[in-house]
Amino acid sequence: MNNSYDSVMSRKNQIMQSSVGIDYNRYEGKYLNFDYEALLKEGDFTLSEIRTIQNSNGVGNTPLKELRNMTNLVRKVSPDGYGARIFIKDEALNDSGSFKARRASIACYQAKKLGFNGVIAATSGNYGAAVASQAAKYGLKCIIVQECYDSSGIGQPEIIEKARACEAYGAEVVQLSVGPELFYKFLLLLEETGYFNASLYTPYGIMGIETLGQEIVEDCLKLTNKVPDMVVCTNAGGGNLTGTARGIIKTTNQKVEIVGASVNLFGLHMANDYDFNRKSFTTGHTGFGLPFIINPDRSDVPRSAARALRYIDRYVTLTQGEVFFITEALSALEGIERGPAGNTSLAAAFSLAKSMTRDQIIVVQETEYTSAGKHHQAQLAFARKNGIDIHFGNPIDEVAGKTIVLPKSVDLINAVELDLDNIRKKYIQTQVLKTEILSQDDIVFLAEETNQTKAFVLDQVKKYDRIVEEIDE
Amino acid sequence: MNLVKQGTWVQIKKIILKPSQRAHNLPEQTKKTPLMMWVKGFLTENALIGEEVTIKTLTGRIEQGELLKINPSFMHTYGEFIPEILMIDKICKDTLFGCESNE
Repeated sequence: MNNSYDSVMSRKNQIMQSSVGIDYNRYEGKYLNFDYEALLKEGDFTLSEIRTIQNSNGVGNTPLKELRNMTNLVRKVSPDGYGARIFIKDEALNDSGSFKARRASIACYQAKKLGFNGVIAATSGNYGAAVASQAAKYGLKCIIVQECYDSSGIGQPEIIEKARACEAYGAEVVQLSVGPELFYKFLLLLEETGYFNASLYTPYGIMGIETLGQEIVEDCLKLTNKVPDMVVCTNAGGGNLTGTARGIIKTTNQKVEIVGASVNLFGLHMANDYDFNRKSFTTGHTGFGLPFIINPDRSDVPRSAARALRYIDRYVTLTQGEVFFITEALSALEGIERGPAGNTSLAAAFSLAKSMTRDQIIVVQETEYTSAGKHHQAQLAFARKNGIDIHFGNPIDEVAGKTIVLPKSVDLINAVELDLDNIRKKYIQTQVLKTEILSQDDIVFLAEETNQTKAFVLDQVKKYDRIVEEIDE
Repeated sequence: MNLVKQGTWVQIKKIILKPSQRAHNLPEQTKKTPLMMWVKGFLTENALIGEEVTIKTLTGRIEQGELLKINPSFMHTYGEFIPEILMIDKICKDTLFGCESNE
């Protein structure tokens, strides 16, 4: 078989199709649209079945904890009567140490059920350890493919720690230097082994998180007799936010505001060999968050089940300095030591709580484990070694890749709001440029995808000189 | 140089794509470098460090590449101490409890 780059990429669809056991063509509509809700029913799981699978495999039922000192700290810098109660869902207590165990649990369950001998996932994040841990439980073989080193062999401390964790759970770890061609090696491995593609973006990767949304509502009702006013999700590929929001919607009729939060890495190119080790966050950042929200189908399956734009109400960014500061504050004030990337949403919540009243409730929906390499101390030391200037000041002045500005006072932690309408317009543009003709179903689809009206969609579509069919045949 | 015995747990490295074979839309700094792979497994024959070898990985796959390390270790740490972290604690505690609390 020809294994050149172009040849393997041309076999992409065929390899992906057979490695997830899903016939994506079944869901395709005319031109752009596909049946998202039908895809999410793949496997015929109910939410309570998912919960049972997870609970019998060391996943879920993590505690929701009120952060009283953090809340009081927010109130010190909020106007009178303001400063919402901050709660955190301590997802680090899942087996393997992050909410990603929820996603891996259903992928591995399904791989076992369909008779695959092993699972493969392409991830440099916590998902690798999650898949390895769940695969261990099911007796499945496991390969994790990581982008880990720059071309001189210098590894990101955070990713090296994740490799260690994967090996601890018995997985084979294939590590690559910087570049999107990781996908090429990933496809080769799927073809060579015939293993299940435990992609983050299959329906299983999303339905596994719906339990997190459900638990948040239930836990919050138990602790406060109220549904949270706002839930903040760290956003990268979009799955975390999508699954959490879906779980919330399935559990309560009350409106819960869903906020996405990413670390601001504007200016750093994700495929740049030099930039690779000049960032202090390898996930939860805008380098994934923005491309994936604008074009979710850039993932490793034909149709991504992670579609954040359908559910997101607000999208904010935080600087690296702000997230490191909050990570240390969580440790110093609450006695909870957790990994920095998962605290992106906590930094956002800290800022957003200032403009919410004291009786309101804001929930941070994850934490992640911490360890050597995967710790703010380790990441700051690595940054300093790479010539990044770390100092106290106003985080708004931080330049990713050059400086890390730690807030010199608590009031300087301020999430920056992104223009979601602009993001929606870019999403529609990306879609419309794929076709010359749009069906009426496409217009409905785009409205659902952007959580906007058909009028909003048509207003955008008309900019691109496309034919919109009057009535569907 | 000492001979590394067959069956030893080792790490190899391998060029997956030469610069000329890489994807087209890459930044210049990435494009001029090869796409490298590092993988661990059991050495299938006696060899020397730096030699082209074959390994059997944990999933039973066969990979070839340059013999890099014997019993490869994880040596990542918490890094050199960052004193600014103590200052973060002070800022938070002073704001919350008042300046006297830290004295």
